[in-house]
Amino acid sequence: MGKNDERILMGNEAIARGLVENGCTLFASYPGTPASEILPAVVQFSKETGTPIHTEWSVNEKVAYEVALANSMSGQRSAVAMKQVGLNVASDPLTRSAYLGVVGGFIAVVADDPGPHSSQTEQDSRFFAQFAKIPVFDPSSPREAKEMIGPAYALSEKYEIPVMLRPTTRVCHSRQNIHCADPRVSSGKADFKKNPGRWIATPQFLAELHRLLNEKLEKIAREETLAPRRSPGGSQEKDLCVISSGVAYAHTRELLEDMGALDDVVLYQVIVPHPLNRDFVERVNRAYRKILVIEETYPVIEMQLSNSAVEGRRSGLVPGHGELTPDVIEKVLEKFLERPSREEATAGGKGVRPTLCAGCPHRASFYAIKDTFPKGIFPSDIGCYTLGMNLGAIDTCHVMGACISQGAGFYHAYARDGKDMPTIVVTIGDSTFFHAGIPALINAVFQGAKFILVILDNATTAMTGNQPTPQVGIRADGRKGTPVNITDLVTACGVRFVRSCDPYETEAFSALLKEADEYTRKSDGGMAVIIAKHPCVLDREVVKSQPAYKVHVSEDCTACRHCLENFECPALVYRGDLDRVVVDDILCIGCGVCDAVCPVGAIVVEKGGHR
Amino acid sequence: MKQQIILSGLGGQGVLFITRVLAEAAVLRDLEVLTSETHGMAMRGGTVISHVKVGSFSSPLIRSGKAEIGIFLHPRGLEAHRGYVAGREGIFVNTDKPGDYHGFDATDLAARLGSPVITNLVFLGHVARNAVLFCDERAVREAIEKISPSRQLELNVKGFETGLKGNL
Repeated sequence: MGKNDERILMGNEAIARGLVENGCTLFASYPGTPASEILPAVVQFSKETGTPIHTEWSVNEKVAYEVALANSMSGQRSAVAMKQVGLNVASDPLTRSAYLGVVGGFIAVVADDPGPHSSQTEQDSRFFAQFAKIPVFDPSSPREAKEMIGPAYALSEKYEIPVMLRPTTRVCHSRQNIHCADPRVSSGKADFKKNPGRWIATPQFLAELHRLLNEKLEKIAREETLAPRRSPGGSQEKDLCVISSGVAYAHTRELLEDMGALDDVVLYQVIVPHPLNRDFVERVNRAYRKILVIEETYPVIEMQLSNSAVEGRRSGLVPGHGELTPDVIEKVLEKFLERPSREEATAGGKGVRPTLCAGCPHRASFYAIKDTFPKGIFPSDIGCYTLGMNLGAIDTCHVMGACISQGAGFYHAYARDGKDMPTIVVTIGDSTFFHAGIPALINAVFQGAKFILVILDNATTAMTGNQPTPQVGIRADGRKGTPVNITDLVTACGVRFVRSCDPYETEAFSALLKEADEYTRKSDGGMAVIIAKHPCVLDREVVKSQPAYKVHVSEDCTACRHCLENFECPALVYRGDLDRVVVDDILCIGCGVCDAVCPVGAIVVEKGGHR
Repeated sequence: MKQQIILSGLGGQGVLFITRVLAEAAVLRDLEVLTSETHGMAMRGGTVISHVKVGSFSSPLIRSGKAEIGIFLHPRGLEAHRGYVAGREGIFVNTDKPGDYHGFDATDLAARLGSPVITNLVFLGHVARNAVLFCDERAVREAIEKISPSRQLELNVKGFETGLKGNL
């Protein structure tokens, strides 16, 4: 395919293409839905166009932000990408970088997830931009997301300020035909100019930096090119105004068109929701009798309008939570325009819940943990293994890395009573452990907590698309990196009980859990860490390289549902016509872990023979 | 030409791949296209949905009752996603059970071909033959050829052709 062509790009790929075309020289990210596909696309376009870019899956978003920031301080265009809750982690460098500013254009791509579809909150990162006092672009489509990269870099460089690009799930995970062009070649070499008053910025400098930041924002709010755009429609003056941004604008525009109402209102698309253009605010508040704001997810534009008569989230016309799907916005517009409601069957029942894959090593770990400690407390974390909740093998899931601190907190809560200490088994994935688990583990050891930590090491970040983790030694662009060994890390955190075991070895794994429990209960015991090591079976090579046993369910099956409810392997299926469980040979990878699960021994695993 | 299609299934069935096939087919016929997909946790066997909008649209999502065609790779998607499709005429379900829809057992046909993994393409072939799609079968085949990885190409085309024929 040529360099100047029309391609179908996913929103995340479009953002990546925009970054490569606009001279980004360093891109750092941590995987998280809906932002995970940006980095692989940067790698691909960088290779394809012969544009050298340093790319990295950093260990977390804070680190990614800081690495990219230094590249900008060296005068080069930089970008960082994360999901919305990743910005919570990176909020420390974000807020200070607004004060100190940047040199080379700096874009923080922060993907929000209204709904949420795959996140622990549906927070609005535009609010974060407002809090940090930086400008934010709000694209309504993949094409627009790509087109905003150039102006975002230009704005960042003109005012020496970090700029946020805030796509939402529906932009990130939409595909659209998009024009691709040659990359603009990045100019100049890294050239960091020392400036202690700025880059060290002790408190004595900060009030002045804050004043400068306010001045920048005031000027950006007067930039005409960034002002909301009036959507093409009828020419006569109206007294109804609809203001929208992001993908909610795309829905609203299409709905108004479908309803034949484009000529009844004046529709504005807000390109930069913060800072909202000052002249626009004055003009719309003066010109229209009724104003409706439709935006995701919090009332960022609405609050900057400072007009209590505005209809929107605060007036209750727009729901205060949840995704603004076209079905939701349709109802809002019908009320605002005083039109009769369209009666339609609503789509969106509950559907089928996700589950761990057939042969997933996490299932083996969870089953053993639950089986060994039926009354245990099980803090867990974020990743595929959150699905352990289906097996009753996790009790909490909070934020990245929290499970270890929660384990410590539960320990201290029960230890104060001095009796009946429940077994606490914390589960965390390898990627999450690197992300935020290490400080928590050091703290747990130092503060005298005693519990079992199982690191579910499948050597990948599985949930988000199998990005490599640091112990694997493969970097984002496929080059070799220096592997960082988990056992060494755990030992260095001060843990004296560190063992590895393949959870497929069900008996050995259960025995190890018991040994770890005894260790935590000894007077001179402490934290016990078990590294449950088995690679993710989404990797076909992994499945090919491990034994595949023939598994079947005999007629002894009493349809008691124990395996279905406590093991939940998708390859074990209840057949109503036979009134028993059968093995789905297409899904079964022959791991043989289910061998010991059936109370009457009806699951038969023929060890020793391949399928 | 304007057309709205939803594709429903369970994570792992290949809904994303046939979404991409339809999007490429639109571009091959010089049509504008917008799609929306499910990523993240639901991909682990949960219910997933893609929206495909061919022609001049601005929103990537389809409203209730506005899709002309619904392609259901699994009957369990009906409960959640049937409401997107207007009427029963456009509803195609991969199933051996009769119901208020066009049923066709692509899972069985793909298994008889020896490749359960191409159930999605077998079913797409069936839909391409029996639904009024925005493009002809050739455009769909070209799109499959364009986006299939080389090691998978022959099998994918075979699956699609078998679905078109409706039998082995």
